[in-house]
Amino acid sequence: MDYTNLFPYMQAEITLIAVIVLIFLFDLFAGERARRQFPALVAGLLLVQLLVNILPHGSGQLFGGMFRYEAMHGIVKSILTVGTLLVCLQATPWLRREDTHHKQGEFYILTLSTLLGMFFMIGAGNFLMFFLGLELASVPMACLVAFDKYKGHSAEAGAKYILCALFASGLMLYGISFLYGTTGTLYFDDVAQRLNGSPLEVMALVFFFAGLAFKISLVPFHLWTADTYQGAPTAVTAYLSVVSKGAAAFTLMTILVKVFGPMIASWQTVLYTVTVLSITVANLFAIRQKNLKRFFAFSSISQAGYIMLAVIGGSAFGMTSLVFYVLVYLAANLAAFGVIASIEQHSGKVCIEDYNGLYRTNPRLTVVMTLALFSLAGIPPFAGFFSKFFVFAAAFRSGFHLLVFIALLNTVISLYYYLLIVKAMYINPSEQPIPAFRSERGVRISLVCCLAGVLLLGVVSAVYDGINAFAFGL
Amino acid sequence: MIRMEYYLIVSTIMMFVGIYGFVTRRNLLAMLISVELILNSVDINFVVFNRFLFPGELEGFFFALFAIGVSAAETAVAIAIIINIYRNLRNIQVRNLREMKW
Repeated sequence: MDYTNLFPYMQAEITLIAVIVLIFLFDLFAGERARRQFPALVAGLLLVQLLVNILPHGSGQLFGGMFRYEAMHGIVKSILTVGTLLVCLQATPWLRREDTHHKQGEFYILTLSTLLGMFFMIGAGNFLMFFLGLELASVPMACLVAFDKYKGHSAEAGAKYILCALFASGLMLYGISFLYGTTGTLYFDDVAQRLNGSPLEVMALVFFFAGLAFKISLVPFHLWTADTYQGAPTAVTAYLSVVSKGAAAFTLMTILVKVFGPMIASWQTVLYTVTVLSITVANLFAIRQKNLKRFFAFSSISQAGYIMLAVIGGSAFGMTSLVFYVLVYLAANLAAFGVIASIEQHSGKVCIEDYNGLYRTNPRLTVVMTLALFSLAGIPPFAGFFSKFFVFAAAFRSGFHLLVFIALLNTVISLYYYLLIVKAMYINPSEQPIPAFRSERGVRISLVCCLAGVLLLGVVSAVYDGINAFAFGL
Repeated sequence: MIRMEYYLIVSTIMMFVGIYGFVTRRNLLAMLISVELILNSVDINFVVFNRFLFPGELEGFFFALFAIGVSAAETAVAIAIIINIYRNLRNIQVRNLREMKW
């Protein structure tokens, strides 16, 4: 066994494990006064981890092909770490509360364990490794969703999440078992060589796709999403909607391209249907939501549909647009969730009508929220426009003209419901608007970062070019 | 010697009984048991394929071992959450989990 390559290729994972161990030790031994610096310590450690791994390097594989590293994986892992860092910053005021104060360490350790699972899921070169990564990402996630132990909502959301997750992973494993039966191997490269597109393999593909589509919450598998997003603590919802979804979408694309490449005609049909359904159904449901967290659940389902537009062609251009879309979506969605979490923390309100007249009392938060919503809807000067443009271009270039047209129509619908919130904040009068407050330092830092992302990511083309240099496709 | 098809018939029946139970049962623990049926049918599949089709290798056996371990961990978390629901609601019927809908 050769361990010399362990460090360059598994660097992100090993450093993340080191961070988790350090946090664990701090949680065990730190005194009451030192624990006040817990959020700063975690943010600092994560920042170091990010900076150490930010530069992508050459590709290679470990453990006989079980685990592999490519420059694109490095970029995606860095993006996910940024997302986790921002979520940890936003969670600071919530973790200072009386009932969660003593569980701070648990929150950080569980969050970082799911991140570690996603890293392994992304870097997997074998279905066993992929399965273990996926489970490491979803089991601690269920604990996070049910984190508010004394709130019925949180437990209800946790139960819905874990039961659906178990069911989905059962279906996925059933698919993998038939893949094993027909090809006799679990390594991605070997499976790709031995696939012949027999009906049994098409069935295996569909079952497998169902399992991952659950994680990304595409439409026939989305029923847990709204309930879980509403019941989970807001920081966890932000994490679920951005980091978990982004990792699963990227993994889905790599596996479809690298393993199921020979069966492209089969999975394009599946993806076509699922994309149209996700975008349309989620948009229609989003219009009738009153609760903001539920609203963003449906918005995130339709955004996942847009991400699938990048996957469907299976091209290198699609890969670039997918990663860029995830990055932009991360900035915009975390900005919106930062505002929601902050307002929920200070006033306990999460409904759209509570936001009436917010502009008079909290103009800064309103501006952040507005820009985030504009970016999500895809209005030109903001990053969301460019990411949507690239995604559409990727699908168009692969010949899916009708699909792009349907998606464009849906963008108009989504503009309507995103602007409903803007209208509530600026125009609707209110007897009792949410009183003015000043948000905590951690939240402010994360909001500024997200805002910078929303404003700059689309304009600074170096970001897109940087991602583009490492993309791979069919 | 029992032929491979018979094992596969058993595992397929287990799989779809599990799906049926998951959809129709109205008790969280019964739903959990149904999901366990699905996961166990997958284990049977892996072991049978390995034993009959690729007898020289061990990949399927190892996958089954890992799947058993992971599903045990998942069940532990699920039961913990269900106990927490019981503490909040005093029962575990699905129809009482209706605070969040649509």
